Amino acid sequence: MPSPLIVSKTVAMRETVLSANSNGGKAVWQSLWKARELLVFLAWRDIVVKYKQAVLGIAWAILRPVLTTMVFTLVFGKIARLPSGDIPYALLVLSGITPWLYFANTVNDCGNSLVTNSTLISKVYFPRLVVPASCVIANLVDLMITVLLLCGMLVWFGVGLKATILLVPFVVLALAMLTVGVGFWAAALNAKYRDVSFILPFLVTFGLYVSPIGFSSEAIPEQWRILYGLNPVVGLVDGFRFALFGEQYPFQVWTLVYSSALALLLIVTGVSYFRYVERDIVDII
Amino acid sequence: MSYSVRVEGLGKRYMIKGSNRRHRLLRDEIMSFVKEFPRKSESRQEFWALRDLGFEIAEGDKVGIIGKNGAGKSTLLKLLSRVAEPTTGEIRLRGRVSSLLEVGTGFHPELTGRENIFLNGVILGMSRVEVRRKFDEIVSFAGVERFLETQVKHYSSGMYMRLAFSVAAHLDPEILIVDEVLAVGDAEFQKKCLGKMQDISTGGRTVIFVSHSMQTVTSLCNQCILLDTGQIRKQGRPSEVIVEYLGGDAGSLGRVDFQGQGKTIADEHVQLLYGEVLDEDDQPILEANIRKPTRVKMGFRVKSRSGIRFMPNFHFVVPGGTYAFVSTPDILTELAPGDYEASCYIPGDFLNEGSYFVGLAISSYSPGLTIHFFEPSAMTFNVRDSMDGSVGRHGYANVMPGVVRPRLQWKVEEVSN
Repeated sequence: MPSPLIVSKTVAMRETVLSANSNGGKAVWQSLWKARELLVFLAWRDIVVKYKQAVLGIAWAILRPVLTTMVFTLVFGKIARLPSGDIPYALLVLSGITPWLYFANTVNDCGNSLVTNSTLISKVYFPRLVVPASCVIANLVDLMITVLLLCGMLVWFGVGLKATILLVPFVVLALAMLTVGVGFWAAALNAKYRDVSFILPFLVTFGLYVSPIGFSSEAIPEQWRILYGLNPVVGLVDGFRFALFGEQYPFQVWTLVYSSALALLLIVTGVSYFRYVERDIVDII
Repeated sequence: MSYSVRVEGLGKRYMIKGSNRRHRLLRDEIMSFVKEFPRKSESRQEFWALRDLGFEIAEGDKVGIIGKNGAGKSTLLKLLSRVAEPTTGEIRLRGRVSSLLEVGTGFHPELTGRENIFLNGVILGMSRVEVRRKFDEIVSFAGVERFLETQVKHYSSGMYMRLAFSVAAHLDPEILIVDEVLAVGDAEFQKKCLGKMQDISTGGRTVIFVSHSMQTVTSLCNQCILLDTGQIRKQGRPSEVIVEYLGGDAGSLGRVDFQGQGKTIADEHVQLLYGEVLDEDDQPILEANIRKPTRVKMGFRVKSRSGIRFMPNFHFVVPGGTYAFVSTPDILTELAPGDYEASCYIPGDFLNEGSYFVGLAISSYSPGLTIHFFEPSAMTFNVRDSMDGSVGRHGYANVMPGVVRPRLQWKVEEVSN
């Protein structure tokens, strides 16, 4: 895919060169690095606006996972009676919902981000990647709130906190990377093709049922495990659960390694596809 | 002289799709990929909004960009401000660029005034530290000290605009881009924009200004670029470029010679030969000093002894078609056959700054009105206010409205105590 780039370089007196000629991908990362303050401010804006009505903002961040957990526990745990090992079923579900909601909400937000911020984009220059990237950061607050809730639940249910909990930040990092990769693709595709905004929510909902959110990966028959593991969310959710429950939860390490590798691939291709769309973004949004 | 902006071979192409739909659908893309995979046929038309543009702007120049709608002005501004990317060529910019076309973008209604100053400042390209340094200045310029902790959705539209403008105005760019058309807000606010631009002009910054007001361009700019269908038609001093834009080939450089051009503008009695705009020293000029007297002159030939008392008249019209005034001589006499010159003296401190078109006519009244010839917009000239502390301005730096700006007698006196 050809990716003509705006080349920004600084010569002597801060000379900026804007040209139609292509150049290596380094410039993209440099311009992103330069815009880091903007990235933080846009994320901060989303967070402040969201939690401005403090009660509603935080209540919503807690209610959503809690209500989903209750329904899933009822359906999968009590009615379908899927296995959960020694882990209380509600905890199993909440520990799946936590990374999933972050992933799903952020991918949706990223998809809409360029359209939501279209006035900004059509008036001011800044690296457009900052917009979806800020969604990834802003939604971390929700994730943190749910993780705290989850920790409380672990103690409440008598499971307690294992040493493996120290792995949580690393799993979250891998999760954020996958979200960034998918989010960049979603943002660029949604800016270019308007029907993506209808397809995306459907895909996200669909993903909820092919990922181990309401059930344990144990429930998957052995012969399907590899095919099932190709869904990158599997490795992340299972990794997250392993961090919380330790040996109690069956975890195949390769799925997390695979997810992380795929995340990296998605980021690299996502950035260059985004750059490709970015050239004409003002003319199409 | 080092350049501040250099543009080379700049082009911007837009694709006009076969269908009139603005947005593409992924569905269509997949379908067309499946159906016509081997051949990549799509009925797309291309349209070049700008083509092979090249120019250089020296540091500290104030450049006006003029042209009809669709000439490519907005596209050029978008490329210069980096909002859109060029299809061909390159732009070199020395220093920070900011544009006053983005006033208020990025403001969030749910955030407070304080929060918005930081957010907007960073969006416009300032660092957090920079915003903090200029914070007090921005607040006091906008006059919103008491409402800093109020969400801007509760601001009046005036306060909102003042705050937004204040942030943009404190950017301190080396290159400022202003689009008059996009400067939202009421007349007063637009004036404020222009005033700020004047401030920046005097500070040695480079200013690029898109305007439809020739008066503003003449008074603010020292360079001018005329765009026509995506290309530069003329570039140079504002007066010359504006003449080209407004008059096409009608106006000429302070002197128009109809006889020499082989044009016969006449009836059976009298013929128009030439017209001139002259300064105090009788030199043909294109640009008149607002303080100095100017003379307009027409040469005509009386062909026969007819007994008609010819009345030469000069018609002064400003861009937009408004008549400034018509002038005729006080005393008319019968003229024997021969060549004559009629002059009209315009005092200094009478015309306003801006462009004037001069129409040349001879009519007579005996007893009905006869127009022997009338050549509207025969000549064009610009009046320029050199801003050297002119009387009547007292530091006011904006355009003074009106088709004329006479210097009149004034008296201010105390009537009671």
